[in-house]
Amino acid sequence: MPNTPTETPATASDAHGAGTLRTLLRLMPWVRPALSRIILGMVVALLAGLVSLAIPLILQNLVDGPLSTRDGAQIWPAAILVLVLGVLEACLIAARRFLVLTPGTQVEAAMRNSFYAKLQDLPVSFHDRWQSGQLLSRAMSDLNLVRRWLSFGVVLLIVNIVTIAVGFVVLFFWSWVLGLIFLVCSVPLWIYGYVFEQRYSLVARRSQDQQGDLATAVEESVHGIRVLKAFGRGRYSLDKFTRQAEELRGTEIEKAQAVAGIWLWLLLVPDVAFALCLLAGVWLASSGSLTVGQLFAFFATATVLRFPIESIGFLLSMTFDARTAVDRLFEVFDEPDGIQDPESPVTIADPRGRLIFADVHFRYQDSPAQYPDLLDGVDLELEPGETMALVGLTGSGKTTLTALVTRLYDVTGGAIRLDGVDIRDLTRQDLRRHIAMAFEDATLFSASVRDNVLLGRPELAGGGTEADEVLREALEIAQADFVAELPDGAETRVGEEGLSLSGGQRQRLALARAIAARPAVLVLDDPLSALDVDTEARVEAGLRRVLATTTALIVAHRPSTVTLADRVALLENGRVTAVGRHSELLASNDHYRYVISSLDDDKNEIRVNA
Amino acid sequence: MTVTGVEGEERSEYTREESRSIRDRSLRLLGSLLRPLRGRVAYAVGVIVISTALQVAGPTLIALGIDQGLPALMKQHDGMPILLIVSAYLIAGIFGAVLISHFTVLSARISQAVLIDLRKRVFRHSQRLSLEFHESYTSGRLIARQTSDLESVRELLDEGITGLVRGILYMGFIAVALVLLDPWSALVLAFALIPLVFLTRWFQKRSQTRFRATRVFSARLIVQFVETMTGIRAVKAFRKEARNAKEFGDIVEGYRDANAQAIRLFGIFDPGLILIGNVTVAAVLLVGGFRVVSGGLEIGALLAVVLYTRRFFDPMEEMAQFYNSYQSAAAALEKISGVLEEEPGVVDPTHPVDLWQSNGAVDFTDVRFEYQPGRVILPDFGLHIPAGQTIALVGSTGAGKSTLAKLMARFYDPTAGSVTLDGIDLRSLHPKDLRRAIVMVTQEAYLFSGSVAENIALGKPDASFEEIQRAARAVGADPFIRALPDGYDTDVNKRGGRVSAGQRQLLSFARAFLADPAVLILDEATASLDIPSERLVQEGLTTLLADRTAVIIAHRLSTVAIADRVLVMEHGCIVEDGAPADLIAGTGRFAKLHAAWRESLV
Repeated sequence: MPNTPTETPATASDAHGAGTLRTLLRLMPWVRPALSRIILGMVVALLAGLVSLAIPLILQNLVDGPLSTRDGAQIWPAAILVLVLGVLEACLIAARRFLVLTPGTQVEAAMRNSFYAKLQDLPVSFHDRWQSGQLLSRAMSDLNLVRRWLSFGVVLLIVNIVTIAVGFVVLFFWSWVLGLIFLVCSVPLWIYGYVFEQRYSLVARRSQDQQGDLATAVEESVHGIRVLKAFGRGRYSLDKFTRQAEELRGTEIEKAQAVAGIWLWLLLVPDVAFALCLLAGVWLASSGSLTVGQLFAFFATATVLRFPIESIGFLLSMTFDARTAVDRLFEVFDEPDGIQDPESPVTIADPRGRLIFADVHFRYQDSPAQYPDLLDGVDLELEPGETMALVGLTGSGKTTLTALVTRLYDVTGGAIRLDGVDIRDLTRQDLRRHIAMAFEDATLFSASVRDNVLLGRPELAGGGTEADEVLREALEIAQADFVAELPDGAETRVGEEGLSLSGGQRQRLALARAIAARPAVLVLDDPLSALDVDTEARVEAGLRRVLATTTALIVAHRPSTVTLADRVALLENGRVTAVGRHSELLASNDHYRYVISSLDDDKNEIRVNA
Repeated sequence: MTVTGVEGEERSEYTREESRSIRDRSLRLLGSLLRPLRGRVAYAVGVIVISTALQVAGPTLIALGIDQGLPALMKQHDGMPILLIVSAYLIAGIFGAVLISHFTVLSARISQAVLIDLRKRVFRHSQRLSLEFHESYTSGRLIARQTSDLESVRELLDEGITGLVRGILYMGFIAVALVLLDPWSALVLAFALIPLVFLTRWFQKRSQTRFRATRVFSARLIVQFVETMTGIRAVKAFRKEARNAKEFGDIVEGYRDANAQAIRLFGIFDPGLILIGNVTVAAVLLVGGFRVVSGGLEIGALLAVVLYTRRFFDPMEEMAQFYNSYQSAAAALEKISGVLEEEPGVVDPTHPVDLWQSNGAVDFTDVRFEYQPGRVILPDFGLHIPAGQTIALVGSTGAGKSTLAKLMARFYDPTAGSVTLDGIDLRSLHPKDLRRAIVMVTQEAYLFSGSVAENIALGKPDASFEEIQRAARAVGADPFIRALPDGYDTDVNKRGGRVSAGQRQLLSFARAFLADPAVLILDEATASLDIPSERLVQEGLTTLLADRTAVIIAHRLSTVAIADRVLVMEHGCIVEDGAPADLIAGTGRFAKLHAAWRESLV
């Protein structure tokens, strides 16, 4: 698993070899629409830099001209010229911001949408591996960083480097001796800049990963709040969280030390250069090879250059941060999407619901080699309209088998066919329209009950009598009469994950959702586990009506659920070892009896009667 | 009108009083975070004051060099003054740089200390807040508070405050230097402060609302994102991708727009500053130039004045850069302080009563409970559970069974009346004793990232491996755990999708087994188990529950087999109460339920 962030300390240094520039260039597809404005912004920013460098030129003329000749009349034009240039600089900077900032946010938004789309497209196996906290920190802070870098970092970095280069030329123009001193003094800066890159980008990467881990810890503490409270483990999880937070703190301080290192040089170099230039300048001026005006202008120019020089450190670290962010984003973007639509999809015009498993094999990618396939040659046929119960021990692969039917995972061998068509030849949209699922842990989205139930019928999203009818019927079949008692009935928003509903209520809504989808094939993963006996009996009665005409595969743990089915398939050691009617299997199959029957209640009876 | 806690946090407009109370609240929070670090802060401020002063000395030294050093060298051929001045410059420069570099590390240490304190506080507080809060405040928002909002605070601390302090000092020292060097120029600069103040006020007012809006959108973004990723199976199965992409796209656009508006303000503010700065430079040049001509000012001093004026506005730019991090951090702090202000509905006792050894007798006396005023779940509930008794709680959905369990585990407190353990009101019992004595296992068996063993050990963090294994064996989880690739060390996260719902329940059972409480509450804790596993668990329970109090809520009446007593609940009242055999033999509700269940087994 090369992409699991928590266990790849090596990635940072490996990827480092790829080069910051090349990594950042990968942003191109999103940046391209904004590129012209960003480049224009750079040009404008550069002009602003040049204008600020031009001001010392006027100062030199002023000092060597009117001020040395004591000609007060000439001061006005010079001051006005400085004023004009100053206003021009402000206007150019305003223009730069105007040009660059909006496209920056657009690039960020486009990337965020692509990132989200990619994640929605990636198969479930990817999401099994990745904690959503790690994904979240990429979608939020990494993308924010990219935006800031694009609309600010890269523009100023390039412009300031060019400004510094031009500034040096100007310095040489005033006096080559002073310019040379300034240049030589700045050599350690460039060397340290290189060292800094090495040191900083490693720490930056580690910091971002640790932030992702911390986000995961936060998420789990919130989602697992009931468990933590039930066991009074608030303290324990706080300690664990604190350890992680401490690690992050250590990394952040290391980062600060790297930054402090470059700050030292960034501040030291100009000051030392200024001091040496002052010495040399005064000496040159005393020997007459430099006018006071030139000396004046030299320092004015060097002062203009101070900010660009100081900003380089900040901009460089921002660039490395952005590069790390891009690396992290592309870990997701580069993830191969194993489950895709076929190139020339087949459509089933009128699905009848004949579902065939032919020698289906499945193993999880990370399953060690010595283990046999979890599903090791499943053969099973469901006739149109037939209801098949799937029975097997916990962990025998029942849920996995149901997940294969809608291609949440792909089979690793064999095939599943719907009406004779390999499900891999259908588009995922089509397939999932024909086959609807209800999961055991019923996921509800933060939306109204209506929207949750009609999730599989986007065409009914607008409402109308048909929508009302479908909703009413589905709720009725699933015995979700509690909906009427909710504050706003079917329009009540159920919280994210349906937190405010009980497990049984959520299960019934999830069941109603699958029913409302009116699929050709219904796949239900232990859909009644959280219901009480009464409700269960009523739901079953309703379900029978639906199942009379719909092909269904139902994972069952209880005999009562099994009785819904026409036939039962027994899953054992990765294969279907027996198919038949409940009563037949009960009579003939030991393993089946072991799995499904609680009728060895004799000793319980004794206790009850005692 | 004021807002308390997380109330109204989705808004971006507040009345004046609300704004003030929210701001005060976040300032108080910031103050309380910085107070323990006073010493370090003072030291850091000292370092930065000296280093800034040293940095500001530069132009004055250049002026001295030109006005004193140059004439001395030219006229008296005396190199001493210039050498002294240059040495002073070198020393100032080197010390200044070293100190600032030192300060960078210092300030990082301070900001990280504040941050870790804040992280821990929010984390601890959200753990302390009662379920009532968690059930109404979506988890995505709580995650947003602890991730992106804290990130904004980090940015402020890392960059903002340093920039601000340095900036203010820098400007202050330059003002002092100007007054000393040439009061007239200082006067010109003072005039420049007037538009500066107006511009800053304008920016401050506008950006506050704008940045609040960005926080609202970013929280929505996080909520939608987390929900999609945690529910990815349902998203795929019901083809919600396109609709999600649309919804997400709308929020992204809203966020983008809010961001763009906030940044646009900045795009006026920043050039505005430069404009003021450059106009001032021109004015200083004009005033200074005339005075050089009239002999009132030296050339070198003019240079210094011009350099100072130009540099005076440099940090302003930097401060403005960081003003936006201040704004977003302020908005974030407002929300964080809101969460911290929330009072847990279930409060830890001020004078906790210890209970070292619990017998497990639980009493409900005149308990009334309503989730919201008017929605009564338990009207007037009384129940005595003697120590060691195993109770099966039966009744239709919504009868109040889970509420009863939650009251017993003190997830909620009764609206009236009391729940006691061994005669001690749960509200005054020490939390550590309460949690040790009473453990609840629910249907949602949440697994945390980490190994299988670590997840079981949650029941008793200091458990040895043998104890963990014994617990797993007792509930029949041992065989499947051994079959995992790394056995007990298998990372559940890597295989999160693969530990089946039933197996998760077994693990959470093992947790409870390991915790070894005096009172065990099982709320639908066996719902996802297959029958053989359930049978194993039941066997385990028979030994486990022999000497302990237990309340079992289960739809499958097989549980009744191990119960000493059955309670049938209806509309928050107990309608039947008796030994299982008696009730089955009778003609009441339970007899019917039991008969129906027996039938369902075939």
